[in-house]
Amino acid sequence: MTSGSVSARQHGSLAWLVLPALVIFTAFGVIPLIGVLLLSFTSWNGIGEITPIGFENWVSVLTDPGLVHSLGVTFLIMALSWLVQTPMSILVGVFIAGQQRYRTVLAVLYFTPLLLSSAAIAITYKALLDPNFGLGASLGIPLLVQNWLGDPVLAIATVVFVVSWQFIPFHSLIYQGAVRQIPASLYEAARIDGAGRVRQFFSITLPQLKYTLITSSTMIVAGSMTLFDLIFVLTMGGPSDATRVLALDMYLRGFRGNMMGPASVIALIIVVVAVLLAMGVQRMGGKDANESRLEGA
Amino acid sequence: MDQNGFSRRSFLAMAMAAPLGMSALASCGTSGPGQARSGEASVWYLTGQPQEGLRKASVDAFNAAHPDGQLAATFFENDAYKTRIRTAVGANQAPTIIWTWGGGGLRDYVRNGQVDDLTEWFAQNPDVKSKRFETSFGAATIDGKIYAVPCEQVSPIVMFYNKQLFEQVGAQPPTTWDELMALVPVFNNAGIAPFSLAGQSRWTNMMWLEFLFDRQGGPEVFDAIAAGEPNAWSHPAAIAGLTKVQDLVRANGFVNGFQSIAADANADQALLHQGRAAMMLHGAWTYGSMKEEGGDFVPSGKLGWVPFPAIEGGAGDPSTGVGNPASFLALSSQASEEQKTIAREYFKSGLLTDADVDGWVASGAVPIVNGVDSKFSGPDAPFQQFVYDTATQARSWVHSWDQALLPGPADEMLNNIEQLFSLSISPEQFATNMNAVPSS
Repeated sequence: MTSGSVSARQHGSLAWLVLPALVIFTAFGVIPLIGVLLLSFTSWNGIGEITPIGFENWVSVLTDPGLVHSLGVTFLIMALSWLVQTPMSILVGVFIAGQQRYRTVLAVLYFTPLLLSSAAIAITYKALLDPNFGLGASLGIPLLVQNWLGDPVLAIATVVFVVSWQFIPFHSLIYQGAVRQIPASLYEAARIDGAGRVRQFFSITLPQLKYTLITSSTMIVAGSMTLFDLIFVLTMGGPSDATRVLALDMYLRGFRGNMMGPASVIALIIVVVAVLLAMGVQRMGGKDANESRLEGA
Repeated sequence: MDQNGFSRRSFLAMAMAAPLGMSALASCGTSGPGQARSGEASVWYLTGQPQEGLRKASVDAFNAAHPDGQLAATFFENDAYKTRIRTAVGANQAPTIIWTWGGGGLRDYVRNGQVDDLTEWFAQNPDVKSKRFETSFGAATIDGKIYAVPCEQVSPIVMFYNKQLFEQVGAQPPTTWDELMALVPVFNNAGIAPFSLAGQSRWTNMMWLEFLFDRQGGPEVFDAIAAGEPNAWSHPAAIAGLTKVQDLVRANGFVNGFQSIAADANADQALLHQGRAAMMLHGAWTYGSMKEEGGDFVPSGKLGWVPFPAIEGGAGDPSTGVGNPASFLALSSQASEEQKTIAREYFKSGLLTDADVDGWVASGAVPIVNGVDSKFSGPDAPFQQFVYDTATQARSWVHSWDQALLPGPADEMLNNIEQLFSLSISPEQFATNMNAVPSS
C-alpha cells in the first residue's frame, strides 16, 4: 500500500480546507482562551476595575479544598457515566444495527432524548423527582419517593442517570454506524467455523468497535469535563456542594460570586485537564489509531 | 500510515471541548432584550404573579400616557436576574432602569459609577419623596446620597401557618422558640412537615438566621458583621443562632427534600397551601402568590401569620422587622440623555400612581405609601394591616443580609449557609469560614 504518498498529496492540495475551521476555532476558541488566561492574573468583580494581582488567584484556587472536591465530583461523574453509558450504548447500538423493520421503530423511540435540550430534560426530571409533588408522590409509589436531589449520594446517582439517559442515544448512534461498517464476510466466516451469536459478538463485533469505543469515550470524557447546563438546572451543585462539578464551580465563582479571576483559573484547569484526558484516551488506542481495522479482512 | 493522526485527533478533541467550556462563560454575556431601540428606554423587572402583572400594567399605562417616550420592559426570574443584571451592568449593556434590592448590590454599582445620583432630583421633586415610607430610603442611600427610587411594596419576613393543620393537631402557633421546637414532633407524628423551605435558593435559609441573630443578640450582632469587625461572626449570640437552626434541621423541622426545592417555582408555598407543611417563614410577597395560586386557601381564611417567635433570654426586640423595605429602581449612568429623561418621567409619574397603588393593595401587598392603610378593605385587610404595622412600628429593621453585604461576601455567606443547613459544617466552622471573608 502507498498510503504515505497518498496522504502527502492530500496535504499539498487540500490544506486550505482546514482554513474555515481554523478561523472559527481561533475566533471562538483560542482568542477567548487568551482572554481567560489574562483574566486569571487579575482581580475583577464583573463590573469594576480590572486590577492585575499576579499569581494570587492561582495560589488561592490551587490551595482551595473546594477545587479538589469539584475535581473529585467531576471525575466520579465521568467514571460513573462512562461505566453506565458505554455498555448500554454498545448493546443498544448493536441491537438497532440489525435490519429488521421493528428495530427502526424502537430506534426512533431510543433516539428521542437526542432531540431534547438539556435544560428541558433537567426541568422535567426535577419535576418528576420532586419528593413532594413528583412522580412517586403523585402515583403513590413509596419506592420512588426518595430525596433524589437532596441527598448527596442519591443526587450524584440521579445526575449520572439523567446524563446517561440523555447521551446513551447519541453514543448508540455512533456504535450503530460502526457495527454496520463491519463486513458481513467476517460473520459468515465465523459461522462456518461454528461460532455462535455470543462468540461472534465478543470475537468480531467488539474488537471491530475498538476505535469507535475510543471516539465515544473521548466524547464522554470531554463532555463530562464541561457538563454544566443539566446540573445547573437540576441541582445547582447541591445539596450543599455534592454535585458541584468543575464547570459549575467556574460559573458559580464567576457569575454568582463575582470573582472572575478565580473563575478564569478554573476555566483553564478545565481546558488543561480535558485535553490531557482526551490525549490519554486516544493513546489507549495505540499509535496506529487511524489504521484500518479491516486490513487482511 | 499517518503519524499525525494522534495529535490531530486530540486537537479536534480540544476544539470540541474548549468552545463548550467557553459557551458557559459566554452564555450570560448576550443581553439582547436589554437593548432598547433608540428613543426608547428599557427596564428589567422580575417575573412572578401578581407582581409581574402590576409591573407590566404600570409600564403599559406610562406608555399610553407618553406616546413620545416609550419604555420597554423585560422580565426575568428572580435567581437568574441576579447574575444577569450584574453581567449586563459590567458589560455596559445595562437597561436604562435597573431594578435592585438596594443595599450592598447598589453600593457596588455606585462605587463603580454605574448609576446616577438622584439626591438632587428628589430635592426637585419633594412630593415623590414625602409620599413614600421614610424607612424605605435607608437601603437606597449610600454615603448620604440617594441613588435609587423606592417603589412597589414593603416585604417583611412573616411566619405563615396553615390554620387547618393547626386545628387538626390541636396546636397553637409558636410565640417562643421552645414552643416552636415542641411543635416539630407534633406535626412530624401527624405526617405533616413542620416547616416548608426552598433550601436550594439559599436566601430562603438565610431568613431564619436573620431572625435568630436578631432575636438572640439584637441588631448589633449583624451590624458588626456588616461593618466588617474582626471575628464578628463568632459573637456568642451568632453561634447560638447557628446552633438553633441546626437543632431544627436535626429534629426534621424542615420538609423532606428541602435542599432540592427552589423558591422560583413557588413549590415551597404550594407545600403550605396544599396542607403538606404546617408553617413557612417567607416574605410578605408570598401572600399575593398564595392568594393567586392557592385556590380557596387564602380567601377562606386558612392562612394564618404571626411574628417570628421570641427567644427566651434573648437580647433582641421581638418587634424588629426583617426583610426588604421596598424594591428600588436605579438609573443607569450609561444610558443616553434621551433615555434618562424617559426614565425620570417614569419615576415621577409612572410609579405608585393611584392605579398602581390600588393594584398593589388589591393583590394583598402593602405599597410603600404613607397613609395607604386607609385603602385596606376586604379579606386582605387584616394581613395588610399586620404588614403595615410591622413596617411602620418596627423599632429597627434588618435589611436582607445578602443585599446588605457586598455581592462577593454575600455569595460566600450563602454558600456557607447552604452547608450549615445540610449539616456539613458546624456553627463554629461556619463562623471561622465567614470571619475569613473580607467584608469589602
